[in-house]
Amino acid sequence: MTFETKISGAPVDNGVDTASLIGARAAFEQAPEAASFTFRSSCDWITGTQNRNTLNGYFGLGQEHARKQTFTIASDHPEVFHAADTAPTPPEILLSALASCLTGGLAAVAQHRGIKLHAARAIVEGDIDVRGILGMDPDIRNGFSAIRVRFEISADASDAEIAALVAQSQKRSAVFDMLTNPTNVVVEVA
Amino acid sequence: MKRIQTIVIGAGQAGLAMSHCLSERGIAHVVIERGEVANSWRHERWDSLRLLTPNWQSRLPGFAYAGPDPDGFMSLPQVVRHLSDYARASRAPVEERTRVTSVTIDGGGYRVATDRGDWACRSLVIASGACNLASLPACAAGLPDGIAQFTALQYRGPAQLAAGGVLIVGASATGVQLAAEIRAAGHAVTLAAGEHVRMPRHYRGRDIQWWMDRAGIHDAGHDAVDDPERVRRLPSAQLAGTSERRFFDLNSLQDAGVEIVGRLSAIRDGQALFSGALANCCALSDQKMNRLLATLDEWAERAQPEGLQGIERFAPTRVPNPPRLTQDLTRGKFRTVIWATGFRPDHGWLHAPVFDRKGRLAHREGVVAPGLYALGLPFLRRRNSALIDGVGADAAHLADHIAGTRGRLAA
Repeated sequence: MTFETKISGAPVDNGVDTASLIGARAAFEQAPEAASFTFRSSCDWITGTQNRNTLNGYFGLGQEHARKQTFTIASDHPEVFHAADTAPTPPEILLSALASCLTGGLAAVAQHRGIKLHAARAIVEGDIDVRGILGMDPDIRNGFSAIRVRFEISADASDAEIAALVAQSQKRSAVFDMLTNPTNVVVEVA
Repeated sequence: MKRIQTIVIGAGQAGLAMSHCLSERGIAHVVIERGEVANSWRHERWDSLRLLTPNWQSRLPGFAYAGPDPDGFMSLPQVVRHLSDYARASRAPVEERTRVTSVTIDGGGYRVATDRGDWACRSLVIASGACNLASLPACAAGLPDGIAQFTALQYRGPAQLAAGGVLIVGASATGVQLAAEIRAAGHAVTLAAGEHVRMPRHYRGRDIQWWMDRAGIHDAGHDAVDDPERVRRLPSAQLAGTSERRFFDLNSLQDAGVEIVGRLSAIRDGQALFSGALANCCALSDQKMNRLLATLDEWAERAQPEGLQGIERFAPTRVPNPPRLTQDLTRGKFRTVIWATGFRPDHGWLHAPVFDRKGRLAHREGVVAPGLYALGLPFLRRRNSALIDGVGADAAHLADHIAGTRGRLAA
């Protein structure tokens, strides 16, 4: 049994092209192989814990795509870890990826449901016991033991509708899925 | 080879309803049944199962419950008796103990091969059930040796189980009923819950099925939803056939000492990995239940039925914080795993290009191909298409279609 939120005909603009997304759904129904995408990033070591990712090309819709612009994401560690602190740590980048994924999803779901967003902010926290990565205690994991996201949302919607947006954005989030369910990761040397 | 206008495969509620509707329209037919009438109910369900719908809601074309307890819930022997009485009352021409081995397209009709001879027909109705096979997740293959496993089709009762812990995978009606029963039998029970449908047995003093029926929710057709395929995939609501307890939800199971974990995502190196999305699955389920209750309240406001109690809302689902994310399966915590991860039909005998990309029978409101029909599948035409109470309307609709074409395939 399900009771979906009615898609309203109201002219809502969260800057999301839902019509095209729905069109893509129909196209992928006919040609599911076109829906297989591969994203990539290449990371160059600079010094110490400093390194920089370069992101541009990706595969999708059956072909390679080059972007107009190459993006970079730098990473480092803070001074308390005796590093230069030139950029956020990788776990922080992961937190920001989760927040971005949920926030983007929120806007798309809101648009689909005819809800105008005025403002939305996701505040993400992750708890980590660094004795794990220092190899001090096998019972302590390397990664976050808990991640919390708190959304502050202003929208033309009831509290229940906003809660439903947040739940649906988790349900359809790639990063949320990868953090809550295991992913097979293969690392090799070229 | 015998020839007949129409063949119905399966003598459960769907096949019997279709037989009744065909007889009413004067269409010669035979119902081919691998075992006896109501065979799945006799042999392929656990012992304690009762129908999730009350007795009054077991209406079939030309037949209804006439016993002393319209608000009760039939046990399996009672379901078998109900359907056997129906078969007798409608003089259904059932060929029992006849197993279909293959169906092929044959000129302007279909050839049905059975272990007791072949038939040719102009039209064929597949009414062989929606729950013939247990669906298992891919990770089931990684379960370490030494842990007994049962599908919901193999489970009969707690007496089958070795002493010790039980992991039940899946939190639909099946999973929650088995969790409650096995916990009550003294086992430590862990229930892995992905997306699920929480629902109270009764609301504002009325059974939830009374609401679904009266508010017209069961009758909703494809035009009432944006994606019928998604509705078909929904797990069954967390209900049991008893009015003694309001909920068979995750809260009631936790009260009984059942541990709740997230969906079983993977088994890796002997470790079960449970999803960290449990809290969101519970939030989605609570939201969905509250939207249903709000829909029912709105209907009651308009329809003003008599004798309703006041509007109620229920405490949110309690989520263990943090929930267990891993369990070493080699440590003996679980002696048994029960896969309550859904069912699917078995159409392996059907040799025709009528399946979609995922191997499912493709149909439009039960019409598969010229002269070929399906009945009794989830959301075939309406939300209640797979219920005893809902299959009759679909049977009548498809019988009209058969009568309208009279087996002509040009249509």
